Amino acid sequence: MSLSLTELWVILGCGAITVLSRVLPFAFVKSLNMPAWLISFLSFVPITIMTALCCESLFIAHAGHLASLNIANCLAAIPATIAGVLTKSLLMVVVIGIMAMAILRYFSIG
Amino acid sequence: MSPSLTFRTGVRDVLPTVFGYIGVGLAFGIVAHTSHLSLLVVGGLSFVVYAGSAQFIITSMLLLHDPLSAIFISTFLVNSRMILMSTSLAQYFKHESLVRNLLIGTLVTDETFALAMNKQNKTNGKLSFAWQSAANLVAYLVWGVATVVGAILGGLIADPTRFGFDFALTAMFIGLVYLQLISDKHLGMSLQLSVMVFVALAYYFLIAVMSQNFALLVATVAGCLFGMELKKCH
Repeated sequence: MSLSLTELWVILGCGAITVLSRVLPFAFVKSLNMPAWLISFLSFVPITIMTALCCESLFIAHAGHLASLNIANCLAAIPATIAGVLTKSLLMVVVIGIMAMAILRYFSIG
Repeated sequence: MSPSLTFRTGVRDVLPTVFGYIGVGLAFGIVAHTSHLSLLVVGGLSFVVYAGSAQFIITSMLLLHDPLSAIFISTFLVNSRMILMSTSLAQYFKHESLVRNLLIGTLVTDETFALAMNKQNKTNGKLSFAWQSAANLVAYLVWGVATVVGAILGGLIADPTRFGFDFALTAMFIGLVYLQLISDKHLGMSLQLSVMVFVALAYYFLIAVMSQNFALLVATVAGCLFGMELKKCH
């Protein structure tokens, strides 16, 4: 168990930065009336952020070149998506996804 | 997911996402262990900073002895999407007191934000302090405990990815984005699908020229602007 001074500063500094990024918008929205264009803009945040987060795991970045597909993740995404369409249950998507990935790894695919 | 917004329902609704936290949390603990971070630092990062992707980046930067200023800037950039998510989520809590707003904001993550957006599709656009706090607290505790357990197990498990747990997070976002797509009646399916294709293409081209975290942010903002324009044309 050790904690250097640098590590302490990193924890406190990064903690403050993160909590401010999360909390300040709540304070602003609470006290201000937001213009219609901003509300329209924000209505697209859920679908865009979730899509981008999915893409982050489906593509492999290569600096200076076009990205390639993460084959294992893309393959496991297929049964996971089908599970979602059939059951509409988040839990089933996660369980089927993990099982698909375990099978892919067992046969060393991707 | 039922329309109920009690603390208890919140705990039940957040359970499917817990797999993602455990999988990635264990992975973070193991990475931190192999990067020679002590349990105290792992716990400090998870319970004070509490930001999945930022924690991985902080760990690698600590290992490389990067300057504090660089670590702070990276953390801000990686977490800047939180500003978008918090602004978006805060609209549902305008009727609550400032203190309650700040409490909710303190523990918002990608996952609890996405979960809340799915939930409000079921409740006619309503969310409650009790429901959101339950989701936030369960996520926070599970993440912190999973990372510490991962750091303790670090030396014991040779290859945690063998069992597919690293895919839990991706699967969760696939599930959340699909549920969002079929249940957001305000935007509708075709508009959302167009925006999804736009974001995926934008992200694909952007990661060739910038870091993944920055590409994520630019693709998200561009996708929102694209959606706004498309909605006007409809």
